[in-house]
Amino acid sequence: MQQPSAPAVLEPEVRQARAADGAAAAALSGAWDIRALESRARLLKSQLRQLAADPGRHWDLSRIQRLDHIGALLIWQAWGKRRPAQLALAHRHEVFFSNLDSAAAAVPAAPFDPLRLVRALGAAMLLTAEHLLGMVRLIGQILIDSFGLIRHPLRGPWREISASLFRVGTQALGITALVGFLIGVVLSYLSAEQLKAFGANIFIINLLGMGIIRELGPVIAAVLVAGRSGSAITAQLGVMRVTEELDALSVMGIPHTVRLILPKIVALAIAMPLLILWTSGIALIGGALAANTQLGISVHSFFIGLPGAVPTVNLWLAMGKGVVFGALIALIACHFGLRVQPNTESLGIGTTNSVVTSITAVIVADAIFAVIFSDVGISLS
Amino acid sequence: MTPVIEVESLWTQFGDHVVHRDLNLVVMPGEVVSLVGGSGSGKTTLMRQILGLEQPTRGTVKVFGIPLQGSSAQLVQKIRKRWGVLFQEGALYSALSVFDNIALPLRELRAFDEDFIGDMVMLKLDMVDIERRHASKMPADLSGGMIKRIALARALVLEPELVLIRSLHQKLNLTVVMVTHDLDTLVSLSHKIAVLAEQQLIVYGSLKEAIAVQHPFILNFFLGERGLRALSAVGASVKLSGKD
Repeated sequence: MQQPSAPAVLEPEVRQARAADGAAAAALSGAWDIRALESRARLLKSQLRQLAADPGRHWDLSRIQRLDHIGALLIWQAWGKRRPAQLALAHRHEVFFSNLDSAAAAVPAAPFDPLRLVRALGAAMLLTAEHLLGMVRLIGQILIDSFGLIRHPLRGPWREISASLFRVGTQALGITALVGFLIGVVLSYLSAEQLKAFGANIFIINLLGMGIIRELGPVIAAVLVAGRSGSAITAQLGVMRVTEELDALSVMGIPHTVRLILPKIVALAIAMPLLILWTSGIALIGGALAANTQLGISVHSFFIGLPGAVPTVNLWLAMGKGVVFGALIALIACHFGLRVQPNTESLGIGTTNSVVTSITAVIVADAIFAVIFSDVGISLS
Repeated sequence: MTPVIEVESLWTQFGDHVVHRDLNLVVMPGEVVSLVGGSGSGKTTLMRQILGLEQPTRGTVKVFGIPLQGSSAQLVQKIRKRWGVLFQEGALYSALSVFDNIALPLRELRAFDEDFIGDMVMLKLDMVDIERRHASKMPADLSGGMIKRIALARALVLEPELVLIRSLHQKLNLTVVMVTHDLDTLVSLSHKIAVLAEQQLIVYGSLKEAIAVQHPFILNFFLGERGLRALSAVGASVKLSGKD
C-alpha cells in the first residue's frame, strides 16, 4: 500500500562528481530522512566515509530533497564531526547542521574505581543496618499504636482488620488445603515404605502426627502465606507510594501505621494460627488416607490413635508459632512496602525482597522455636 | 495534501453513555491543534482512539491517510514509527537509564550502530535542554519536569511527522495534537483549537473563532479571569458582547 502523504521523493544517493574548478566533489541527492535511511544506513555510511577520506573534497548537499537529524548526523559523522571547508547546503537544511555544530563533546566514561568491591560491601552492610533500624522503628510505632487502640478501642481500624482477615485468611483456605493434602499424602507414602521394612506400621501415626502438627503444618502454611499475602501487602503499599496515596494519607493527618499496617499485622496474627490448624488437619487427612491404602491402617483408627501419639501441647506450640509467623510476615511485608520508591523498578525489587526475607525469617524463627521448646511435647505419654 | 489525522463520523459509547456523537476532525500537516474540554468530555478517549489504543464504537480514524481500524498490524506498526507520543507523566522505562530510554526506539530499528545512536541521543538531549551528564542517570533520580523533557526527546528521536502530546511547552516545527488545560501554551503555541463538549466538537478553528462561540464551557474556560489574562498577553481582541 502506498503512503499518500509522501510526495514522490528519490532514494538517498551519493555520487562522486567534479566541482567547477575541477576538484573532487561529492553530490548528495534524494531523501535523507529516517524513513529512507532505515534500510540503507550502513551502505551509505561506508560510501560517505570513503569520500570523506579526501579532506579537500567539495560537498554538494543542495539537491537533497528531504533531510532530518538522522540524515544530517550520518553525514556529519562521516565528515569527522566538523563541517568540510567546501560545502553547498540548502538554507532550509542549515538548522540540522547548526544543531550538530553546537553539540558539545561527548560525556567522558566513568573512571575505573579499584575500591569498587569494598564500596559495594560497605553499602550492603549499611543497607542491612538501615533495614534493621527501620524494622525496629516500625515495631516501636506499632506498639505505641496498639496501646492507643487499647485505650480507645472504638477508634480502632476494625473494618480494615475484618477486610484483611478475609483476604489473608478466608481466601487462602483453598490453596493451603490443596498443598497440605498433597504433602500429607507424599509424606505418608514415603514413611510407609520405610516403616513396613521394620514392621513398625503403627508408628506412622506418631511420625505423621508429630511431623505435621509440630513442624510441617506451620512452616508450609507460613511459606504459602508469605508468598501469597506478603507479596500482595508489599505490592499494595508500594503502588500506594507510586500513586501518592501514602502521601495523601500523611497530609490528611492519618497515620499509615494505624490505618494500613496495624490491621494487616493483627489480621495475619489471627489468621495464621487458624490457617495452620486447617492445613495440618487436611495434611493429616491426606496422610491417613495414604496410610490406609499403603499399610491398611483405617482412617478411624488413625485418628483414634493420634491424641495418644502426639501430646496436645504440640498443637498449642503450633498455634503460638502461627501468631509469631503471621506477625513477622506482615511486619516484613509492610516494611518493604513502605520502602518502595515511586517507580516501577523499585516495586518489583521490593516485592521480591519482601517474600524472600519473610520466608527466611519464618524458617529462622522456626529454628529458634525448635531450640527453645526442644523438651516440650516430645516425650510420649 | 493528505490530512495527517482524519476522524470521520466517530461514535463512542460505553454502555448507554455516549461520549462522542458523530465527531469529525481533520488535522493538516504543520498544524498545531489544541484539544480542550471539561473533564469527562472525552478528550483522553479521543486521543487514545487516534493512537489506536482504543476502538471507537463506529466511524473511522485515519492517520497519514491510513485507517487504523482494519489495517494490517504491519501497516499500523509503520504508522507508529512516524509519530511521536508523549504521555502525561513521561512514561520513561524506570529500568533503563536516560540514555537507554532515548536510544530504545533507535536501537529497535537495527539500522544504526552504537556510535551513531550515542551522538543522536546527545543531540536530542541538547535539543530539550538537558545536560549531558544526566544521560547515565535513572529516571527515578530526576525531577518530574526533567522526566517530561526526556520523554519529549524520546518521542522526537525517530524524527516523527506528527506529535501527540499532553501539554507542550516548547515550539516544535511539526504537526502537533495536544490535550491541554494550560491557557498560556494553548494561546501562544496552537494554530487551531478544538473544543470538545456535548459529545461533539462545538468549535474547531482559530482562537478568535473559538471565543466568539456562546457556550458555558468556552465562557468559563477562555473568558474567566485566567483566560482573559492569557488572551490579553498575546493581544487577542476579545468581544464580550452577549455575556450578562
